[in-house]
Amino acid sequence: MIIAVASGKGGTGKTTIATNLALSLKNVQLLDCDVEEPNSHIFIKPEIKTKVPSHIPVPEVDLGRCTFCGKCQEVCEYNAMAVLKDNVLVFSELCHGCGACSFLCPQKAIKEVKREIGVVEIGANGDLQFVHGRLNIGEAMSPPLIRAVKEYINPSKTVIIDAPPGTSCPVIESIKGSDFCILVTEPTPFGLNDLVLAVEVLRKLKIPFGVVINRSDLGNKDTYAYCKKEKIRILMEIPFKKEIAMAYSKGVPIVEELKEYKKEFTKMYEKIKS
Amino acid sequence: MKQIVVISGKGGTGKTITTGAFAALAKNKVMADCDVDAADLHLLLSPDIKERHEFKSGKSAVIDKKLCVRCGKCISICRFDAISEDFVVDPVSCEGCAFCSHICPNGSIKMKENMAGEWFLSDTRFGPLVHAKLGIAEENSGKLVASVRKKAKELAEKNKADWVIIDGAPGIGCPVIASLSGIDCAIVVTEPTISGLHDADRVIRVARHFSVPVKLIINKYDLNPDMTMEIEKYCGDNNIQALGRIGFDKSIVDAMVNARTIIEHKDSKAKEEIITIWSKIEKELS
Repeated sequence: MIIAVASGKGGTGKTTIATNLALSLKNVQLLDCDVEEPNSHIFIKPEIKTKVPSHIPVPEVDLGRCTFCGKCQEVCEYNAMAVLKDNVLVFSELCHGCGACSFLCPQKAIKEVKREIGVVEIGANGDLQFVHGRLNIGEAMSPPLIRAVKEYINPSKTVIIDAPPGTSCPVIESIKGSDFCILVTEPTPFGLNDLVLAVEVLRKLKIPFGVVINRSDLGNKDTYAYCKKEKIRILMEIPFKKEIAMAYSKGVPIVEELKEYKKEFTKMYEKIKS
Repeated sequence: MKQIVVISGKGGTGKTITTGAFAALAKNKVMADCDVDAADLHLLLSPDIKERHEFKSGKSAVIDKKLCVRCGKCISICRFDAISEDFVVDPVSCEGCAFCSHICPNGSIKMKENMAGEWFLSDTRFGPLVHAKLGIAEENSGKLVASVRKKAKELAEKNKADWVIIDGAPGIGCPVIASLSGIDCAIVVTEPTISGLHDADRVIRVARHFSVPVKLIINKYDLNPDMTMEIEKYCGDNNIQALGRIGFDKSIVDAMVNARTIIEHKDSKAKEEIITIWSKIEKELS
């Protein structure tokens, strides 16, 4: 089973839920797909055994063969190629690696070379398998790296995916193909506004989901009313506790600081499975 | 005119609360919300929308079933696994590269422009706000950010505004990069946690990569005073000005629930701290 943890709004507790759930179950693989700001490793403390640089294919033009016909510029939807009188400029940071230019070049003057966008790191802590990606600084596009992380999905495990915040392409790339999604929110106007957006995403992707309400005693009751009206299952509530905030700040999982929470996370997993 | 953007790397550290407070404190300004896929600033500023604009961006392939001979060429060349075995394009996976439409022998694949979102020009009690809503599961948030910023800058020039105050997105990817171009100062809001520092460090390196000066605020500093000191040491070591600390304060959430900025809410320590921080920014940038 693949369970994704997403949120809409950032900082609601995705990583807290993903890592503590992973630590409460057996036979788990945790994938941190928030490759822009990966944090799960801080709590899991995996021993990284393998680092695999991740690349996207970008064009390289053989100017000896090129007739400057302009076909590549014409077919590129991302304005990544500019054909001049006697040169071709490649803006590789705009390239999505679709391969159209090299395939369609009438002179076969374009080959694809690799451009590194980040690294996938694979490791474990005990029998908890761990994979995450780290996007290179200054790199704009995270989806190809997220795809690279997800290639390591081990279907024989309970797979938990820690997703990035938001509702756009990096989130979609992270959660698609999941069997279930846990949406983590907080009962504040910001939390609710972004939860509604995240719910729209999951309904569009047709992924079953439930909600975890973190810092459940802050804010107001509107989030509960919304969930009731939309018939959304509340899987778990975690009140604001200074011990939890303190443990989080030091990279200590809740289930280590407050051992009784292990049962709560196991219960949530049972709810998700049923 | 100075453009400042509030960013954080990690989500939920208090970007929008801070931006809202700056909006209330700064004189003669234009605001912009560049967190286009989970925008929240409007919840504090209650905008009155004056103009709505469609944001069209990117394309998706559409296969005409009548013309399609099911040769499978499109499926074999698509690198985004966007075409199913029964020749239906999944618009969510499709990156709009149009490779399939170029190689289809029957010309049965057309590219359709996406309605990727909307952007708005609004009035608020603090002045004009440019904001946007990216369509659900859409891409090109960076381009939408660029559109919002362009309009905000035009407006600021027209109004002879002193400030463009921008709420940024979490992360370090395309919307953040788009929100950094041409910025006079990026204000990084972080929290005293290992994740907060880890993520702030990454976004600071992105800002520096694009030669944008950075200043830092530690929010909820009293949740872990040791970590706060560690972050301040990090600032010292990396030549980053630490503008100040804001304490964990329930009145911040109360203000949010009442759709007000902390500045308009009853007196609190957090309010005083943020006023001090803004006066430093004002003094140093103008």
